[in-house]
Amino acid sequence: MNLAMILAQEGEKENPLIPPWPELVIGLIAFVIVFGFLAKKLLPTINKVLEERREAIEGGIEKAEAAQTEAHSVLEQYKAQLAEARHEAARLRQEAQEQGATLIAEMRAEGQRQREEIVAAGHAQIEADRKAAASALRQDVGKLATELAGKLVGESLEDHARQSRVIDRFLDELEEKAEAGR
Amino acid sequence: MSADPTQVLAFETDCHLFDGCGFDTVSPGLHSFLYEPLWGDADGNGFYFNKPMLLALLGSIIVVGFFWAAFRRPKVVPGKLQMVAETGYDFVRRGIVYETIGKKEGEKYVPLIVSLFFFVWMMNIWSIIPVAQFPVTSIIAYPMVLALIVYILWVSLTFKRHGFVGAFKNFTGYDKSLGAVLPLAMTIEFFSNLLVRPFTHAVRLFANMFAGHTLLVLFTVATWYMLNGIGIAYSGVSFLMTIVMTAFELFIQAVQAYVFVLLTCSYIQGALAEHH
Repeated sequence: MNLAMILAQEGEKENPLIPPWPELVIGLIAFVIVFGFLAKKLLPTINKVLEERREAIEGGIEKAEAAQTEAHSVLEQYKAQLAEARHEAARLRQEAQEQGATLIAEMRAEGQRQREEIVAAGHAQIEADRKAAASALRQDVGKLATELAGKLVGESLEDHARQSRVIDRFLDELEEKAEAGR
Repeated sequence: MSADPTQVLAFETDCHLFDGCGFDTVSPGLHSFLYEPLWGDADGNGFYFNKPMLLALLGSIIVVGFFWAAFRRPKVVPGKLQMVAETGYDFVRRGIVYETIGKKEGEKYVPLIVSLFFFVWMMNIWSIIPVAQFPVTSIIAYPMVLALIVYILWVSLTFKRHGFVGAFKNFTGYDKSLGAVLPLAMTIEFFSNLLVRPFTHAVRLFANMFAGHTLLVLFTVATWYMLNGIGIAYSGVSFLMTIVMTAFELFIQAVQAYVFVLLTCSYIQGALAEHH
């Protein structure tokens, strides 16, 4: 029995392009099973998870970016603070130097002034002492001279009217001599 | 069909080269695609159940089972099985649907296209799975059902999107600049789109699987048939070809599944597109 005979015998039954209806039905059922499960249950589930994963990854990236931005801003802040601190320190140093300089100048001026005062006071004291000593000496010398002259002359000149005048004249002469002798 | 003597496996016959037995007794043909019903009677008009039907149902259970195992409790950090399934899903979603229809419009059709792709692929793969060894899609009924679903979707989408007149223009490729040729062009386009397109859509898949299965059976049967005397040398070549063709079929099965859903996408895209 050859193929031609078989074909002749089977006739239209073997036309491969004409589908028997039970096969169409089974084909439809088979596909509906796959489509039903995938479309209604399995693909929505996996889509949800894929979405979650995408969000997780994007969230992670966002978080990392935020952290980086924050780190950057903090660094900037620190740098600014550091610069400010340096500036401040320099300013303080400068100020201290200036203050020190004025202080020294002030103290120097004060010292100078005090010294001058002391020197002036000393001079005045010396002058006063000298004057006091001179007047005391003059009195003492007058008295001594009078006493001495009285003893020598024998007469008391103490109450003499010219007493003072004589002594004074004498002393003036002495002074003049002293002046001349200098 | 019960009268068909070649329905027995080639290996169960004693027909060999040089034994006075012609190859036409064992050679594959249309009868290679006919199966005795496991239940019911194929000659009457009643319902029956045969091996391709069993494979079709089993195949859908395998597809569903695979995705059930992979996606039932999906994790944000996927396991191996989920990773594989996701790769397949992503390939169809991004590689086919988004590429042809676009992300915004296409999202709605992703489940259909994904189901179509893996269903068709599974039905094709049956071709080289031992014991089954029969591509379900080489029976016209299965591609036809799928093509019909796509056809109904495509036509109804076109009407919904463009209205009656718009749909008519869409089907006929209405273009004023054609001038006098317009009626002819419209007639051809109308037939080409509405009548020929679903047919070619189904037959493309069917014919590829049909031819592939025929080739595989041919080389397998020939290997056994020529295993006699000096024929062993030819038998070896035939055996080698069986292996080569099996590998080739593995490739063709994936390609045909891909082509089938790619065409589906392009039809849907055509229905959604604005007039040009």
